[in-house]
Amino acid sequence: MTELHIQTNDAPPPLEPLIYELGAPGRVGVNLPEPDVPTADLPDAALLRDEVDLPEVSEQDVVRHFVRLSQLNHAVDTGFYPLGSCTMKYNPKINEDMARLPGFALVHPLQDPETVQGALALMYGLQQWLAEISGMSAVSLQPAAGAHGEFSGILMIRAYHIANGEPHRTKIIIPDSAHGTNPATTSMAGLQAVEIPSDANGDVDLDELRKVCDENVAGMMITVPNTLGVFEAHIKEIVEIVHEAGGLMYMDGANMNAMLGVIKPAELGFDVMHYNLHKTFSTPHGGGGPGSGPVAANDKLRPFLPGPIVDVVEQGDEDTPPLYGFVHPPQSIGPLKAFWGNFGIMVRAYAYIAAQGADGLREVTRHAVLNANYIRVALKGTYPMPFDRFCGHEFVCEGHWKDAPGIHALDISKRLMDYGIHPPTNYFPLIVPEALLIEPTETESKESCDNFIEAMLKIAEEAHENPELLHEAPHVTPVGRVDEVRAAKQLNLCCRPVSHE
Amino acid sequence: MTYIPHTDADREAMLKAIGVERIEDLFAEVPAENRFPELHLPQGKSEMEVAWEMGGLASVNAAVNEYAVFLGAGAYNHFVPSVINHILLRGEFYTAYTPYQPELSQGTLQAIYEYQSMMCALTGLEAANASHYDGATSLAEAVTLARAHYRGKRKKVIFSPSINPQYRAVARTYHQGSGMKFVGDKGSATIPDLIDMLDEDTALLAVQYPNFFGQIDDFNGLADAVHEAGALLCMVVDPIALGMFKSPGALGADMAVGEGQSLGIPLSFGGPYLGFFTTTMKLVRKIAGRVIGETVDKYGRRAYVMTLRPREQDIRREKATSNICSNQGLMALAASVYLSLVGKSGLRRVAELSYHKAHYAAQQIDALEGFSVDFSKPFFKEFVVQCPKPVAEINDALIEDWGIIGGYDLSKDYAARENQMLIAVTETNTRDEIDTLVEALRELAEA
Repeated sequence: MTELHIQTNDAPPPLEPLIYELGAPGRVGVNLPEPDVPTADLPDAALLRDEVDLPEVSEQDVVRHFVRLSQLNHAVDTGFYPLGSCTMKYNPKINEDMARLPGFALVHPLQDPETVQGALALMYGLQQWLAEISGMSAVSLQPAAGAHGEFSGILMIRAYHIANGEPHRTKIIIPDSAHGTNPATTSMAGLQAVEIPSDANGDVDLDELRKVCDENVAGMMITVPNTLGVFEAHIKEIVEIVHEAGGLMYMDGANMNAMLGVIKPAELGFDVMHYNLHKTFSTPHGGGGPGSGPVAANDKLRPFLPGPIVDVVEQGDEDTPPLYGFVHPPQSIGPLKAFWGNFGIMVRAYAYIAAQGADGLREVTRHAVLNANYIRVALKGTYPMPFDRFCGHEFVCEGHWKDAPGIHALDISKRLMDYGIHPPTNYFPLIVPEALLIEPTETESKESCDNFIEAMLKIAEEAHENPELLHEAPHVTPVGRVDEVRAAKQLNLCCRPVSHE
Repeated sequence: MTYIPHTDADREAMLKAIGVERIEDLFAEVPAENRFPELHLPQGKSEMEVAWEMGGLASVNAAVNEYAVFLGAGAYNHFVPSVINHILLRGEFYTAYTPYQPELSQGTLQAIYEYQSMMCALTGLEAANASHYDGATSLAEAVTLARAHYRGKRKKVIFSPSINPQYRAVARTYHQGSGMKFVGDKGSATIPDLIDMLDEDTALLAVQYPNFFGQIDDFNGLADAVHEAGALLCMVVDPIALGMFKSPGALGADMAVGEGQSLGIPLSFGGPYLGFFTTTMKLVRKIAGRVIGETVDKYGRRAYVMTLRPREQDIRREKATSNICSNQGLMALAASVYLSLVGKSGLRRVAELSYHKAHYAAQQIDALEGFSVDFSKPFFKEFVVQCPKPVAEINDALIEDWGIIGGYDLSKDYAARENQMLIAVTETNTRDEIDTLVEALRELAEA
């Protein structure tokens, strides 16, 4: 450290210096070789810069800095993470090892397909498995995240209507309980989001749906089970109404962890959907990414998939394996990113599905739903719940009480941190006041669920008896509540003055 | 059961607490005729069996640790220091979620704030976001920013034809419904040609630096012309090149975007990579994606938090300019660790090693009968070779007989560039590998 952080006012010292505050001029963290070729003349000095303002630290400085930073995080590997709609399940370690095999990690994306047949076989296999899980007829692995998959799907719906001579179909119907990505995706594709309300049971209001279903409907986006955690009671009717109006059905697959081996979206009538490999199929969230959001379509929409996708280009026989290659779907909306998708994430998901098999996947969903209902029932008498019905893999309760004025979902969330638990998703879905969306996942044990229940019940007591404890929470985290207003007003996104040399 | 901890006793107790007899009872609302379908998937495997199967799939791929690689075109075999993988394997980092709860995420938040700071230093611009999916989608989002900046009133985007063809294609996919129109990249327009296309309808002009052919174009007067037309200038940049070449900020760019894979991220058959995005403070409120800001906690302690949140899809919904949610956060961490390790002098060194080796290779190849290298402009680590026969033919022989993964066949994207190979050389290519490539090309020309 170049300088000690001496307290010059009342402010406590930072938890960890910035990397720029470490090290010393001239220090380097990596040893690079001398050139083994004759050096060339450098280009005209007018094209060159003086230096880049980067840190000057040793290898050990770097390791200690980032390890210390890591210790400031809560993660699935350190504790319970019941974050609704995010499926923070355990990330198996073998998946990480498989993604790092040199034959996967050290392969260039533009190599001749004949030199990467193992990688292509893996992608082909994963496409087939995902298609089987949803009942869809084809999958593109290209989208890099759930929102990217949604964007693909909505562009496909748009392209379908244009190809059919119906470019006026520009309305996408979205329930008011939807993820924010749904309306944002719709606008990004140049279509109009039309919001419809949910009824008192948390289901789509069928009358409202009929009202907006006219000749301008392009389709509908819906999450199954919905973002309130319940299976829509009239899902098949909803699909029928939209189809009759000439629209197509998009399924947001964020909640697939409640569907594996339980129901196939294609059998419900969905035309196109995405998966989140980083939710349902155990690939890690990486502190915000990378994820992977493959998109699947039925026969009607498969020609429009983003490409390329992997297919068998030469059939094999008993002696030779099939030859895999990239093909472009005939009416493809185009490529969604460079190359083929987040391949390293596909490898992890492949390892997971291979380990689970058909029966294992069904057990995943059965136990995810068991855990969620177990917690729901335990909290039912204490936390207000908008709906009293079985939930899928998650459920929503309300973080407020009439007899505990001033207590909000946020306070409960922050207090949970003191119990070593990451808060549930809060203030989503938007239609439930003070929402707490709780998703335990199947990888948590009964003890882990019990521990959470106990903490939640204790917090409810505290909320009534000692509300300050909640308002001041968290008490034991590395930092206290942070000043978000100051962050936005005194915008500081970069710790160095920028030089335009 | 794999990764499921429940015992029979647990299940029994839990079902009793819920008040149902069987787990199946919880699925009563799922349409009965579609409930519990058959899944035609292989039987589940033990960890050992999974490793065998996948080891087999991996082993048939030609990996760059066993071949000499001269293939780039947007993904590069740069050196990845060991430290990076060890940091990425910290469960506290890779099994965390998006840092929506700052009290439990200071590690991720500070690391990304440092990443933003280093990307600003590298590009000479003032603000960075926490990443996009890759270089191609970063360019697409630059178009999104430009569209939002002019509130959709300016609809024209001028693309240089020497921007990576995949990036241009992805930007078009993104904007097929947004009303933006793309011009400039169908022929062989030069920078002055692109300047001539500027008009009152132009929102954005984008160039690549070094360009797709590895060359440094003359950008004299470009930024001024773009700004005089009231438009924005975006540069697609190679972050390693910025270890020695002038920053986009110094050249007057309003945005610098690109692929961060070279910053410590393995090739991994095309992903996950890192789309970086930097811009000016003037435009930062239109930037897509997550942004981390510095602030204090309630005790006055320095702390970090996601900021400018009202731009994002979960709050702004249909009015958000982009739907991006998950990004490539862990890859941004990799870049932070990489840039910290190489630091001020190391990045320059990586850039110069690549430069010297590429120039050595170019000179040797240019001296061969039948081959010529395009020396018309300065270049960095990639260069174009006119070959005496089709590139595909040469590459087949290179891998089969010489253990070399050859360069990119430019005729795939540019019909006029028949028999032209784009060769990439980095600090990881030894002189021995380069000499072998030269020898192989000599023999192939004679064959």
